[in-house]
Amino acid sequence: MVDPIKVYPAKPSKVYFYGTCLVDMFYPDAGMAGIQLLEREGIQVIYPEDQTCCGQPAYTSGYHDEARAVARAQLGLFPEDWPIVVPSGSCGGMMRKHYPALFKDTSDEVAAAEIAGRVWELTDFLVNVCHITLDDLGEPTTVAMHTSCSARREMGVAEVGPKLLGQLKNVNLVEQVRAEECCGFGGTFAVRHPEISGAMVSEKVDTLVDTGAKEFVTTDCGCLMNIAGYAEKNQKPVTGQHILSFLWERTSSGGEPS
Amino acid sequence: MSETAHGSSHHSAHHIDVKEFHPRARAAIHNPQVRQNFRKAMDGLMSKRKSAFEGWDLETLRDLGANIRMRALASLPDLLEQLEQKLTENGITVHWAADGDEACRIVRDICVARDAKTAIKGKSMVSEEMELNHYLEEQGIEALESDLGEYIVQLAEETPSHIIMPAIHKNTGEISQLLHDKTGTDLSNDVEYLTANARLQLREKFRNADVGISGVNFAVAETGTLCLVENEGNGRMTTTVPPCHIAVTGIEKVVPKLEDVTALLALLTRSATGQHITTYFNMISSPRKANELDGPEEVHVVLVDNGRSTIYQDDELLDTLRCIRCGACMNHCPVYTRVGGHTYGTTYPGPIGKILMPHMVGLDEGRHLPTASSLCGACGEVCPVKIPIPDLLVRLRQESVDGDKLHPAKVRGHGAKRSGVEAMIWKGWSWMHARPGLYRLGTSLGARFRKLQPGKVGAWTQYRTAPKLAPKTLHERMKERGQ
Repeated sequence: MVDPIKVYPAKPSKVYFYGTCLVDMFYPDAGMAGIQLLEREGIQVIYPEDQTCCGQPAYTSGYHDEARAVARAQLGLFPEDWPIVVPSGSCGGMMRKHYPALFKDTSDEVAAAEIAGRVWELTDFLVNVCHITLDDLGEPTTVAMHTSCSARREMGVAEVGPKLLGQLKNVNLVEQVRAEECCGFGGTFAVRHPEISGAMVSEKVDTLVDTGAKEFVTTDCGCLMNIAGYAEKNQKPVTGQHILSFLWERTSSGGEPS
Repeated sequence: MSETAHGSSHHSAHHIDVKEFHPRARAAIHNPQVRQNFRKAMDGLMSKRKSAFEGWDLETLRDLGANIRMRALASLPDLLEQLEQKLTENGITVHWAADGDEACRIVRDICVARDAKTAIKGKSMVSEEMELNHYLEEQGIEALESDLGEYIVQLAEETPSHIIMPAIHKNTGEISQLLHDKTGTDLSNDVEYLTANARLQLREKFRNADVGISGVNFAVAETGTLCLVENEGNGRMTTTVPPCHIAVTGIEKVVPKLEDVTALLALLTRSATGQHITTYFNMISSPRKANELDGPEEVHVVLVDNGRSTIYQDDELLDTLRCIRCGACMNHCPVYTRVGGHTYGTTYPGPIGKILMPHMVGLDEGRHLPTASSLCGACGEVCPVKIPIPDLLVRLRQESVDGDKLHPAKVRGHGAKRSGVEAMIWKGWSWMHARPGLYRLGTSLGARFRKLQPGKVGAWTQYRTAPKLAPKTLHERMKERGQ
């Protein structure tokens, strides 16, 4: 009933990078930024080629056979005992918190539990395992941050993003009203209950705009496509970026991830 | 009305189609008054709760609360027997009801035996579950709500929109108008004036009521004590002034010992209204004794099952029964805040309603309840007894689409949401994502032909632009890097 206490590993020489399907298809820059941030910390990043999706969309829709089949295809990707880092609280949460239950009473139960224990949300890993220090090279700017509900509540990393942004001397982090409230994404919720989701995201965008920040960063691509997509469609003066892209752009002389 | 006719018909009069969740949600979303009333009220409740727990080790207290409730549920059958025995020893008459209809008939029979014509009621969600007021009315017994919120809801001929604050959907102006229309008070925004008037009207009813009907917050097995938490004093009046007191409660409200109540009470009032303690906390342990000056001559307890023992059979769903009805889950729910309590069309709205009501109305009727959540987890985070509400929502979604190979569905009305088309889509999705080569081919084709991506993607683009496929997938970029 009580969540196991998080015990951070010592900084490893290698990690597995689990990119997630949304990053793969829609936000590969965020993935590259995460990889390069890790590499700059002296960590070798292994990207298992056969990764697809963690299975969460089917899982939260109630289709557990289908979710299990997809999740099972991920279980064999991490044979060494290196940490598995994920640029998403949501997919990380699926693997860390839900894989054990999904595979309970199956022959993959042990493997799933073992993998779950090695999964880390990437910004959490940068702060608490790599003890990263960031040198801000960017122009002065003001940003707001939206921490995804899964990053906040499942992965327990709400304080990590602000810590990272706090290291950037030219970045003024402002907090929106009701920062801890959901943006309304919720995967298939956004299309099963469009009006409710729409009402939630419209209020989220309003509170972000009210901070005066012209951009926001977030830990999760689901929230990003929801919030930024609403702002774009409704011509609200705020744009969004994955926090990893933002961190990489401000701290690397090269700018855009390669 | 005859006993046989009562069965389902008394429920049909007030029947709301739970399935029609979407139209009600749409209407609420587009009603600025509803939106504003709930937003304002929920913001206030969230901040009150936060300050009430300041200086407390909340996690430890929640663990304690959860443990007390889990321990009580683990020995529920024994505790209920012990409770019945102790209550009986204390002179309280115990009745068992399999469902709401049976509970209604028990209450009626008690009234009829005493020739009671008027009942005054304290707040009780179980009586709402039973639709007791409506039933008693049909039986020629007047049942008047004495909790101010319930009184307002009854005057408006509505149902509660919140389990703790039944009239939270109304602002002062709306309440003033209602009281003016129904009881002739002057229009006023002075809450004290409005409350004082309601109090006057109710005071008279208390004096004359033949029966008092209340709920129960905790039933203590070891001592046979019924605990009742309230703020207005109406609960104390209801349970002490009329000559007969009938308490109705769900069978899950029992705890082993009196000392278990302390932690649960500390959690309940702070989680619910942000109060350190309520104005009144009643502990009822017997009818009036020979040497006592006041209190009812008769005390009855109706222990209502109404689907609870079925929930109890399942090791996972069992956690639903930990609930102490504080309402914190709805106060913190971004969906409830947007649509309000009436949208759910169920006795219990909000997150707890979404995991409890499908068992009472069936997953066919309640098919939209488990999906009406972004699984944000705010409910689970604030639940004082740590009910894993998001996990239970996922479980009910699984039941809605008829389970899986490992877990055959069992909840009443299971499978109602399974559609051939959606099942096919997930099968196809699963087939592709379980085959990495195929996945890579599909996603890289998507990237190459991204210009052909439709600008409209169903309900998504009603509010947002479509997400844009990147020119190259992360897989492709890593491959180019030689990885």
